[in-house]
Amino acid sequence: MKKVLSALLFSALLSPMAQAADYKIDVKGTHAFINFKISHLGYSWLTGRFNEFDGSFSFDEKNPNAAQISLDINPSSVDTNHSERDKHIRSKDFLHVNKFPDAGFESTRITHEGDNKYKVIGDLTMHGVTKQVIIDAYKVGEGKDPWGGYRAGFSGTTKIKMEDFGIKNVLGPASAEIEFQLHIEGIRQ
Amino acid sequence: MLKNNTQGYGLISILIHWISAIAVFTMFGLGLWLEELSYYDEMYRVVPHWHKSIGILLALLVLFRIIWMFSHPAPKPLGSPALAKIAKAGHGILYLILIVLFISGYLISTADGHSIDVFDWFSVPGFGSFVENQEDIAGEIHELLAFGIIGLAVLHALAALKHHFLDRDNTLSRMIKPVRNSDDN
Repeated sequence: MKKVLSALLFSALLSPMAQAADYKIDVKGTHAFINFKISHLGYSWLTGRFNEFDGSFSFDEKNPNAAQISLDINPSSVDTNHSERDKHIRSKDFLHVNKFPDAGFESTRITHEGDNKYKVIGDLTMHGVTKQVIIDAYKVGEGKDPWGGYRAGFSGTTKIKMEDFGIKNVLGPASAEIEFQLHIEGIRQ
Repeated sequence: MLKNNTQGYGLISILIHWISAIAVFTMFGLGLWLEELSYYDEMYRVVPHWHKSIGILLALLVLFRIIWMFSHPAPKPLGSPALAKIAKAGHGILYLILIVLFISGYLISTADGHSIDVFDWFSVPGFGSFVENQEDIAGEIHELLAFGIIGLAVLHALAALKHHFLDRDNTLSRMIKPVRNSDDN
C-alpha cells in the first residue's frame, strides 16, 4: 500500500514535468513578429517582416530541454514598406514564392544555456531548401495575463546566408547575410 | 490644319498618334530593360524612374486624346465597311489596353501608399492597396498587356501598310500629313 501510494505520488509529481505545456502563438492578437534585417550596401540596415505566419510551442521551465517550437510562414507576406521591393523579393530573384509557397521552422532540439538563455536548433525551410539553423533565444517572461490566460514570450535571433538557401546574392558582399529576429508570445492552451 | 476634317486628320491628331506610338514602344523597351537590370547597374534606379515618368505623361496624353477624339471625330474610314468595323474595334481595344496598362502600372508602384515622381516635375499621389498582394497581381496584368499591346500595334501597322500598298488608299498618308478638305474653307 505504501509502495503504491508513493508510486502514485511520484508520478503525480513527475507528470507535469514530463509533458511540457502547449502554447499557441498569439498571431490573432499580433503579439508575435518575424522580423529580419539585411545590410544595404554595407552603409545601413534595411528591415522587414513576414506578416502571415502561425505556430505553436511547448515549454516548461522545469524541463526546458523538452521544449519544442514549430512555425509556418507565408513567404509572400513579406513586407519592407516598399511595394516594388516586396514584389522583387517575392520574384524568382529571391524567395520565388510562386514555386516555393511554403516556409517555416521546426525545432529539433532545444538546450537550456543557463539563466533565461536557450539554444533552439532546428530546420529552417525557405526557397525550397531546408537547412539546420541555431536560434539564440531568451525567455522574456511568462505569467498570467489580465484576461484569465497564461502567456510566455521569447525572443531569438539567427543569421543565415542567402546562398545557403539557394538564393543568389545579387545585392553585394555586405548583404550576403540576413538576420532574423523573432519575437514570439504564446497563450497556454 | 490643326483639326480633323472629313477627309483627313489635323496636325494635333497626327502628332498625338505618333508621339503615342513612339512612347508605347519606348515604354516596352524600358519595361524589358528594367526587368533585366542588376542591383549594381548604374541604370538600376534611372530606368524605372523613366518608365514611370513617361508612363504617367503618356496616360495624360491618352486622356487628352480620348477627349479630343470625342470632340473631333476621325475622318471617314477608307476601304470595305466590314473591315472598317474590325479596325474600329481594334482601335477601341488599343485604347482599352492602354488604359488598363496605366492603371495596373500605377497600382504596382503605389501599393505601399508611396507617390510616383514624374521626372522631378511633379508627383502623383498613391492611395495604397485595394487588394491583397496588389503589386503582384497588377504586375502580372501589366506584363501580359504590355506584350498584348505590342502585338496589336504590329497588327495595326500591318493593316496600315496593307491600305497603303495593296489598297493604295490614303489611310497611312493622311496619318502622316494633314489633308486640306475640299468641303472646308
